[in-house]
Amino acid sequence: MSILVDTSTRLVVQGVTGKEGTFHALTCREYGTKVVAGVTPGKGGIVHEGIPVFDTVAQAVAKEGANTSLIFVPPGFAADAILEAADAGIRVIVCITEGIPTLDMVKASRALQGRAVRLIGPNCPGIISPGKAKVGIMPGHIHKPGRIGVVSRSGTLTYEAVGQLTARGIGQSTCVGIGGDPIIGTTFVDALRLFQADPETDAILMIGEIGGTAEEDAAAFVKAHVTKPVVGFICGQTAPPGRRMGHAGAIISGGTGTAAEKMAAMKQAGITVVKSPAEMGEAVARLLPSAPARRRVAKGTVRAAAKPKARAKAKTSAKKAKRR
Amino acid sequence: MKIHEYQAKVILAEFGVPVPRGRVATTPAAAAAIAQELGGTVVVKAQIHAGGRGKGGGIKLAHSPQEAEQVASQILGMMLRTHQTGPEGQKVKQVLVEEGMDIRQELYLGIVIDRKAGLPVIMASRAGGMEIEEVARTRPEAIVKTHVDPATGVTGFHTRKLGYGLGLKGDLLKGGADFISKLYRAFGVKDCSLAEINPLVITGDGRLLALDAKMNFDDNALSRHPEIQALRDLDEESSLEVEASKFNLNYIKLDGNVGCMVNGAGLAMATMDIIKLAGGEPANFLDVGGGASAEQIENAFRILISDRNVRAVFINIFGGILRCDRLAEGVIKAVKTLGVSLPIVIRMEGTNVELGQRMLRESRLNFITAQGMKDGAEKAVRAARSA
Repeated sequence: MSILVDTSTRLVVQGVTGKEGTFHALTCREYGTKVVAGVTPGKGGIVHEGIPVFDTVAQAVAKEGANTSLIFVPPGFAADAILEAADAGIRVIVCITEGIPTLDMVKASRALQGRAVRLIGPNCPGIISPGKAKVGIMPGHIHKPGRIGVVSRSGTLTYEAVGQLTARGIGQSTCVGIGGDPIIGTTFVDALRLFQADPETDAILMIGEIGGTAEEDAAAFVKAHVTKPVVGFICGQTAPPGRRMGHAGAIISGGTGTAAEKMAAMKQAGITVVKSPAEMGEAVARLLPSAPARRRVAKGTVRAAAKPKARAKAKTSAKKAKRR
Repeated sequence: MKIHEYQAKVILAEFGVPVPRGRVATTPAAAAAIAQELGGTVVVKAQIHAGGRGKGGGIKLAHSPQEAEQVASQILGMMLRTHQTGPEGQKVKQVLVEEGMDIRQELYLGIVIDRKAGLPVIMASRAGGMEIEEVARTRPEAIVKTHVDPATGVTGFHTRKLGYGLGLKGDLLKGGADFISKLYRAFGVKDCSLAEINPLVITGDGRLLALDAKMNFDDNALSRHPEIQALRDLDEESSLEVEASKFNLNYIKLDGNVGCMVNGAGLAMATMDIIKLAGGEPANFLDVGGGASAEQIENAFRILISDRNVRAVFINIFGGILRCDRLAEGVIKAVKTLGVSLPIVIRMEGTNVELGQRMLRESRLNFITAQGMKDGAEKAVRAARSA
């Protein structure tokens, strides 16, 4: 299994003819994702890099059976793109766009409530189920199919964590970047619930950051509902209060949202909390004593990446990578 | 983005929110003229973004135009220190001169976005004039809250809940409803992240008035508000941060001596954390973003090292979209052009890492390469110590 995206994913890319949209639509397709359509209003009818382009998401759903959308629309129009995808019956909407006005997201997320649709992001790297489908901007080659669920508010810090796992031969069931904005579609709690229910996920790595109380909510959920082992890390332990640390949502305000509070709540919920970002992979490895002997490669490097279409050749490609 | 009190009051007045009469002055003579025009007792208020101005000596009463001039000459040009400015304080360049008010009661009214609910929340309290965070900690029951659905906006039940919570009755209850609706409208139309009236006062003659006003704006929405962008006061921001923002770089100056350059906000925060764990102190937060160009890397480098405290630089890049060869090219060029002599520790991972590393080696510049974040942080901290 895995969660949210897999081999049944039929992807439509909104904003497909833009520079970013094109680049990432192609990397998703190269990874093996079924990229069935693109949408750019006004460009319907053309075929862009082998991808049929439509004017509306509804057409992409009707003609190509798209069930998942990946959004690269500029910030001022992205909330509208989310609503369009939901209206067209898309099941999973992944919004990469950074910088969407908060009040636009307030309206969009309110409009999605109670509907059978899942929004991931915005301001996120997307989702990948290694070996099955990549719906996002993450480098596919650092991932490896396996049984660890990863959920994070960050982009590159997630790559770092995945790199540490893969270097230890530990694969991932699905990696979800939920996004760094204050208002996001899928929270830690949502992702944890999905991983807990997924029979192919054995343990969960959760990467939070300062700002808000999503990690505290997640800790309470873990305590009450999650039986699988969870490893956690919170970045921003040294961040000054009152400053927005890159992500719109990463700000300690009015004394709340500190890393210390989050780490304490997570520890109290039985989560294995690591202080150092260099120890995320190792902590997961320690939680999996019964796992089969894992291939170890040079410390701190990412080399054991398996190509989705050549999983059987993982060993050879790892050797090749070493030589490179 | 933050603005000054006097700017917030101009915006609020446009939405019909009642504010005291007054204007801003940059010289003592102008302050005296405004006091003359207003007549009677006036309040002279330092205009800086930080809170806690009164305690720091930045707000004073004056009973005549002469006194207003004298008080303004004390406040203008002073380095005002409050709990929010840091020890060096903030230079006062403008004062707001306002009519003095006969105050019967001080209340609190504020609107923010509640992240958990995903909705704006209006908060009201009878504990006006105090920091709301402090009230929330010590007496949470003293705050009345109501969420607002953007589809309906503020309706009667919202204002009744808040108004009765504030203990308003009769005409004041009606006035309160009107005040709240107008403030909410300003919050939405202007894409605020915070609109706070503290204190909201009831005057001796029974009117509601915004005695102070604080408005912060959603940076993500500024592109549709050129009129708000025009209110930005660059003197309130660190000059390095202003410089960085010109190149779309996310830079925040800190107090340590290990400069860091990272791609991605989460990894940048984690890099600061690991420097601390290695026994050092980060000099900054710097996120060069996902698709940084060689030129952007060069600018980032220039800003990073213009902080005089920096003794060593730690570059930590997990290349996804940002390719390691492009990073190497930018760093090599920056080091050559800027003539950097500081020790530079580089940790790269991800796309085109081998090519990037070869470029660094072949540049014959004195880079220290690292395997993993921990190794990199330790090497950078050691280098900063011995530099």
